[in-house]
Amino acid sequence: MLKLFSEPGRFAGRLVGRVAAGAAALALIGAAVPAKAEDTIKIGVLHSLSGTMAISETTLKDTVLFLVDEQNKKGGVLGKKIEAVVVDPASNWPLFAEKARELITKDKVAVVFGCWTSVSRKSVLPVFKELNSILFYPVQYEGEESERNVFYTGAAPNQQAIPAVDYLMSKDGGEVKRWVLAGTDYVYPRTTNKILEAYLKSKGVKDEDIMINYTPFGHSDWQTIVADIKKFGSAGKKTAVVSTINGDANVPFYKELGNQGIKATDIPVVAFSVGEEELAGIDTKPLVGHLAAWNYFQSIDTPENKAFIEKWHEYTKNPKRTTNDPMEATYIGFNAWVAAVEKVKSTDADKVIDALPGIKVPNLTGGTAEVLPNHHITKPVFIGEIEDNGQFDVVWKSKGLVPGDAWSDFLPGSKDLEADWVKLKCGNFNTVTKKCGGA
Amino acid sequence: MRLAAAFLAFALAVLTVVVSRPAMAGPYEDALAKFTTESYADTDEGLGLLATSGNPLAVDIVEALADGRLLFNADAKTVYVKKADGSLIDAATGQPATGVDEAALKPVRANNRVRRAIEAASGALSLMNPDPAKRLAAAQAVFKSRDAAARPALETALSRESDPQVKAALASARAAIVLNDSASPEADRIAAVDTIAGAGNQDALALLQNVPADAPAGVKTAAASAVASIQHSLAIWDVAQNIWYGLSLGSVLLLAAIGLAITFGVMGVINMAHGEMVMLGAYVTFMVQEAIRTYDPGLFDASLIIAIPIAFLVTGLIGVVIERTVIRFLYGRPLETLLATWGISLILQQAIRTAFGPTNREVGAPSWMSGAFEIGHLSITYGRLWIIVFAGLVFLALLGTLRLTRIGLEMRAVTQNRRMAASMGIRTNWVDAMTFGLGSGIAGMAGVALSQIDNVSPNLGQSYIIDSFLVVVFGGVGNLWGTLVGAMSLGVANKLLEPYAGAVLGKIALLVIVILFIQKRPRGLFALKGRAIEA
Repeated sequence: MLKLFSEPGRFAGRLVGRVAAGAAALALIGAAVPAKAEDTIKIGVLHSLSGTMAISETTLKDTVLFLVDEQNKKGGVLGKKIEAVVVDPASNWPLFAEKARELITKDKVAVVFGCWTSVSRKSVLPVFKELNSILFYPVQYEGEESERNVFYTGAAPNQQAIPAVDYLMSKDGGEVKRWVLAGTDYVYPRTTNKILEAYLKSKGVKDEDIMINYTPFGHSDWQTIVADIKKFGSAGKKTAVVSTINGDANVPFYKELGNQGIKATDIPVVAFSVGEEELAGIDTKPLVGHLAAWNYFQSIDTPENKAFIEKWHEYTKNPKRTTNDPMEATYIGFNAWVAAVEKVKSTDADKVIDALPGIKVPNLTGGTAEVLPNHHITKPVFIGEIEDNGQFDVVWKSKGLVPGDAWSDFLPGSKDLEADWVKLKCGNFNTVTKKCGGA
Repeated sequence: MRLAAAFLAFALAVLTVVVSRPAMAGPYEDALAKFTTESYADTDEGLGLLATSGNPLAVDIVEALADGRLLFNADAKTVYVKKADGSLIDAATGQPATGVDEAALKPVRANNRVRRAIEAASGALSLMNPDPAKRLAAAQAVFKSRDAAARPALETALSRESDPQVKAALASARAAIVLNDSASPEADRIAAVDTIAGAGNQDALALLQNVPADAPAGVKTAAASAVASIQHSLAIWDVAQNIWYGLSLGSVLLLAAIGLAITFGVMGVINMAHGEMVMLGAYVTFMVQEAIRTYDPGLFDASLIIAIPIAFLVTGLIGVVIERTVIRFLYGRPLETLLATWGISLILQQAIRTAFGPTNREVGAPSWMSGAFEIGHLSITYGRLWIIVFAGLVFLALLGTLRLTRIGLEMRAVTQNRRMAASMGIRTNWVDAMTFGLGSGIAGMAGVALSQIDNVSPNLGQSYIIDSFLVVVFGGVGNLWGTLVGAMSLGVANKLLEPYAGAVLGKIALLVIVILFIQKRPRGLFALKGRAIEA
């Protein structure tokens, strides 16, 4: 009896001792942090470094660290050094929200750069609203959103999908009459395809000339679908594939296209999620001529881009490391934030959010990115054809800069909505009912 | 005053003619001028002029344009062909060009529109090429472009052609032009319908479905009946094609699952790190190819053959290490094994991610695995064909090892009755390690094949682990034949469902079918009978 009691007792005593020691250690760390925080401004980096999305997001983490390094060389911001706090949400959507909360409340970061998939962005939204912080989201997405705490530096559908379809309908693009909309089965492709379908129909394309196909994440056996596309494309009308296929599924898709001998001259594929990074894993010779629509290509020849790539190679110590569109969006977002902070001489979220619309920073393609009242930015649109060296040859560019439109003009629910955080202070103002709060 | 104006206009006109004469000497020179304007539309037009110019230099120009070797000087409006040895040829004269400022030259750029024009032009220009393969490609290009301007060339070529395959292609190309030519007599156009219907493929179908609306009624009825018969025969070929796709998917499933059939089926170990062995095999292939690229590029076509034994040894060794350090302490505790191997799989993934980076690695296809051929209307890609052959060979080799070798006998003995086997003097510990190593090694070999069709990324294995378990459980645990039949039937069922249900629903439907099947026959397709069940 006695023995039984004495065991847990001793254990409990040891536990108390450990907890006390741990608390003391924590207190020490706690004391050390504020002392350091005084001379640095912390920013959060919320990109997956493990799991399925690591393939895309790791580069963006490196980009933010690179930009911080560059900014600190110039003396930081407001006379203080910037310190990046990196967390790993591990491609796990609920973990994104947890890590965002940790960054804002525990690390007290002034701003967060992060997220790739729309579902991760949707998962962190309530956290940013509740704690009133700022998120810069650097990836092209489906639109239909404008939040006070989020700045969207990637393309909205009118800055990527619509111009790409317009190009294919033009004489240079091959006067396409028949469309395959192929995508991975989740929110970005579904919404983008809905917008594109409405847009194509408004241009007089008939139902039977549109084929919509969805595949699961990571789909690897494309034989049937590629054969279907081939069949659909041999009906005598010029056919093109608009691909919103995401991530890893692209490589086997393109390999199968090559295997079945579908050349870009027969059925061109225009992709919205395939960049330099994705092509790094494929032999691009059979893919020459397939297209991608982005707001930035590594091959674009401007002094800004050349300098950026040079410094990037220097920073990563890898002269072959590619650059891509979301990296440029991160670059624009970071510089816009720095400019806004310098303007209001504060990192206070409310002040910075109010200062950001109207901020103009140079992009890497020789133009200017302006933060708009709807928290999107102005971007040029480029269409590139894949070359045999894994780079893109720009075959078309927009006449000027295209302002990002949060709410698509081609969807019945959203065409009356307008986002304006400067005058209307509303992300979804209904122009028909004159009320804030959606359709 | 008016006279003076008229005179001036006349003088100007004369001047224009005189000045522009050298540039307007003929369609060939016109075509060359079009290449110097940096406009895709002009290049497209230039190619059209070139194809009908009849100039013997045209073929070289088109080839050079296709390869990006056609250079131009935008100011001087001159065009040059760059030869393989770097020397320049003046496109206007065909003579070697000297004293050219190469820095001022730019290549004529091509986009899809220009590439389509190149295909059509080289089709029209190489109908008389001495190489039959080139003539065939040319005939097919004309068939696709249906360029009425190529008809005379086509008819001359047709009268001289001796190769039956090329002749058929030429006849189809001519028929495609005749069918859409409203000037041709009705009888000719009906004959064209018959020629096209003879080809019986998707292109023929499209051509016949799109007969111009102003065609005579006779042509239209002939086309309609031909369409019906082609559709009927294509529907049958479609089923055959889907079954082929199913076998191909089945062979991939078989490769992924067969190693698991050993570790899970024979040993009863739930190995969640099995997919990572496949992934490691793919990375071994990548490293072998990198080494070959650096040291002996000539061996590239043999890279996969070289990678197979290396992948087997590397992953087999890792398998033995995992078995010795982790799994042997967990025999008979399936839940702990599941968690431990799941942990191992995460460790391996992150280790590879740290070592090779998170992005995909490029594994090239050797030349004998690229491309496709056709049997009837069945298109078969070489890559898939070899993977089916490879899966079959691996299956037979494994079956042979288990049946015919001493280690195979010992493996079967240990899994059937461990104590009895130990009493007979078999080192059961050693046999366990070897069996797990064999299963892992086979997964590594599967990785070599899968590197050809999937991403070589740290996530490669994850996408196969669930399917692998599905195959083994469906086929019957502990039975290799069950794994074979399970993989093939799941593959074929999936591919037959996909055209109707779509990829997402098809997969769900298949899962539901398998769950229902397992309810009815919990031990899978080929249940082991007798005492072996207890093992």
